[in-house]
Amino acid sequence: MSEEFTLRVWRGDKTGGEEVEYHVPAETGMVVLDALHHIQHNEAPDLAVRWNCKAAHCGSCGAEVNGQPKLLCKTRMDDYVGQTVSVKPMQTFPIIKDLVTDVSWNYQVAKEIPMLEPTAPAPFNMQQIDADRVQEFHRCIECFLCQDTCHVLRNHEGQRQYFGPRFMIKIAEFEMHPMDGADRVPLLAHEAGVNMCNVTKCCTEVCPQHIRITDNAIIPLKERVADRYYDPVKILLRRLSGKKNAPTGSSHKVSQ
Amino acid sequence: MAHESYETLDYDIIIIGAGGSGLRAAVEASQVPGLKVAVVTKSLLGKAHTVMAEGGVAASFGNLDAPDGWQTHFYDTMRSGHFINNYRMAEIFAKEAPERVLELESWGAVFDRTKEGRIMQRPFGAHTFRRLCHIGDHTGLELIRTMQYKSLHSGIDVFQEVTMTKLLVQDGHVAGAFGYFREDGRFVLFRARAVVLATGGWGKIFKVTSNSWESTGDGAALAFRAGADMMDMEMVQFHPTGMVWPPGVRGILVTEGVRGEGGLLRNSEGERFMQTYDPERMELSSRDVVARSIFKEVQAGRGSPHGGAWLDISHKGPEYVKAKLPGMYEQFLTLADLDITKEPFEVAPTCHYTMGGLRVDPETCATNIPGLFAAGEVACGLHGANRLGGNSLSDLLVFGRRAGLGAREYVSGAPDFAPVDQAELEAEMDRVLEPFHRENGINPYHVHEKLQEIMTNHAGIMRSGPVLEEGLNKLLELKDQARNMSINGSRIYNPGWHAVFDVENMLLLCEGIIRSALERKESRGAHWRTDYPDELPEWQKINFVESYDGEGIRIRTEPVNEMPEDLAKLFTYGKAPGLVQQSGGKES
Repeated sequence: MSEEFTLRVWRGDKTGGEEVEYHVPAETGMVVLDALHHIQHNEAPDLAVRWNCKAAHCGSCGAEVNGQPKLLCKTRMDDYVGQTVSVKPMQTFPIIKDLVTDVSWNYQVAKEIPMLEPTAPAPFNMQQIDADRVQEFHRCIECFLCQDTCHVLRNHEGQRQYFGPRFMIKIAEFEMHPMDGADRVPLLAHEAGVNMCNVTKCCTEVCPQHIRITDNAIIPLKERVADRYYDPVKILLRRLSGKKNAPTGSSHKVSQ
Repeated sequence: MAHESYETLDYDIIIIGAGGSGLRAAVEASQVPGLKVAVVTKSLLGKAHTVMAEGGVAASFGNLDAPDGWQTHFYDTMRSGHFINNYRMAEIFAKEAPERVLELESWGAVFDRTKEGRIMQRPFGAHTFRRLCHIGDHTGLELIRTMQYKSLHSGIDVFQEVTMTKLLVQDGHVAGAFGYFREDGRFVLFRARAVVLATGGWGKIFKVTSNSWESTGDGAALAFRAGADMMDMEMVQFHPTGMVWPPGVRGILVTEGVRGEGGLLRNSEGERFMQTYDPERMELSSRDVVARSIFKEVQAGRGSPHGGAWLDISHKGPEYVKAKLPGMYEQFLTLADLDITKEPFEVAPTCHYTMGGLRVDPETCATNIPGLFAAGEVACGLHGANRLGGNSLSDLLVFGRRAGLGAREYVSGAPDFAPVDQAELEAEMDRVLEPFHRENGINPYHVHEKLQEIMTNHAGIMRSGPVLEEGLNKLLELKDQARNMSINGSRIYNPGWHAVFDVENMLLLCEGIIRSALERKESRGAHWRTDYPDELPEWQKINFVESYDGEGIRIRTEPVNEMPEDLAKLFTYGKAPGLVQQSGGKES
């Protein structure tokens, strides 16, 4: 292993900033967050980086390493041997300072999602196979890397039209709960904007918890919206007659 | 110094800390319509240390072992705490835990299930029965996320990333708290009629720790300075199994669930050494015993290559391990290049939990300062000299709720907002900004590193009088140097600045730990003294209580509350109550 790593860390605040180069002595198994801590403790005590657990449980330390959304505590420096490691804040959210961004929008969205409405009081009788389906979504650590990478939220100023992948799995968690009696389909179709997703699966790719966000949450939720709002027979007839455009952009899932 | 301004926010109740107990307290406090409740946290919502709890939440449902009941949970908790626990807290706890867990289920938590469709429960160290309700190995995440969403829907205001630097007390009553927003460093005064502290423990005082950066004992130190009593400060839990290698991950928790699911501990000679220390319970002995056993094996030269023991779960098969311990599998694969479904891995003790804390009333969680309540790890009394795995999560729920209830009832009869002393706030703002103006000061991170070194070498898993004394001297010296901590940069999200206050808090609490450890001249639970290796009956009758007058820490003894006859009787059968009644059928 080389004796030291070279990092270029974005330093600045909402008024602007630039990448600053640092050199950090290499240690076996070091992660990017270790390197940043070394910088913070010895060179730049005011270097702003969020972190809590350093064990990939809390989801605080999301940032972009060489352009890829990553958890800093889980990204090994030796994945980048011979390269300069560039560390930048998540680009989808407004900057506060250095690697820290303002993710408060996510907490506003969270308030919009109705809680579980149990159809019977606890204790529930529920089989593991039913639990399995929703437990996958419960692994989410709210690192917001999926929100960061979602091109609807990132490029299209879509934060007014789409809640984003994190909140699709939150809705899915309740919707697919065997004891839930609430109806979130209107929310999905309108405010939550599930139709905005065009299934590029970028969110699934960056999820550090390996949640199959698109396949297991978003697509089934799109199907629920389609079942409710779009009569499949009419859509089929429209397809057969050669008309491509459904009333909204969601028809591509209906045929599945 | 320039004139500083601050924002004033008024709430009936503020809760400092947004982990499991803080959020549970907030939900309870908000049940009264019209009551204004705020949660103030130094992190983002949902990131608190609760998220790192892995193995489960203990509640005596008896879903797998029908004879379990509150009496046996109570019995296990008292025995593992070596009887310096507050029995009434343990009683309330054991009785109320199941109800609190079911509440979580109705708010959306999805626990693993039994074949019959009930909540699954796993065995854990020193629990007589299979008792830990769990979701794989991320139970803490489930608890905090459930509470987080419940809170967001309970009409509570949440203030994230706020550093609290001072608890305000006027005429003996709590008046609020003062601090600053990390985002831009602007000052904020929270005026409140009651304050609930739910700020967790101080595991960051050790270098090798399973604790997140948050665990710096802020709430405890704030309350201590304001006149609250601390108890059992000498009791610090070392979890037997933290990661060992590579260096950067040293201390990260390896859940007790690994042993709960059948993991075996071996030394370098391949021997299951727990046979020597606790042949009956083996790997599932209590944490203090297992941690000490690993420590002793390493000392005897039978440690693993990097100074630990081998833990092996590979015999359970990849499918089982990945289903029940997915986080552990992933953690070792990513951070240590090691597949735990195929090979054993190294583990060693890591600082995990502080049993000591604010002395509270078991019924209401009230401290000795009127209007100030405390719940969770920052409070003291439930766990005694050693905490059982899984008891922490149910502690958060049971006493979080009671603290919220206590605060709510207190404000219904309490006077309006206490006046705030303007001069006190001016002085506080000056104090907080001072590190920016000191020249050639000491780096707060370096003070923290030195503090961790002192605590590790002088007040860790193995203690003795002379070593503790030496540690105390070093610590007091460091405390002196720390008066000159300085930082650079601006007030916008400046971690170096935040660290100054974390370090001040830890310095105060560490002194409390060492002083208390010097006083307890015996070995009990987590407190192991080589110069007093035996557990002595006369010490079972007392708790050490500390108070701080701004200059120094005073320490006194208080008698451990004596159990009433019906509870004391549970310890006279020679075995756990559930095992006694087993022949007589299932208890209610």
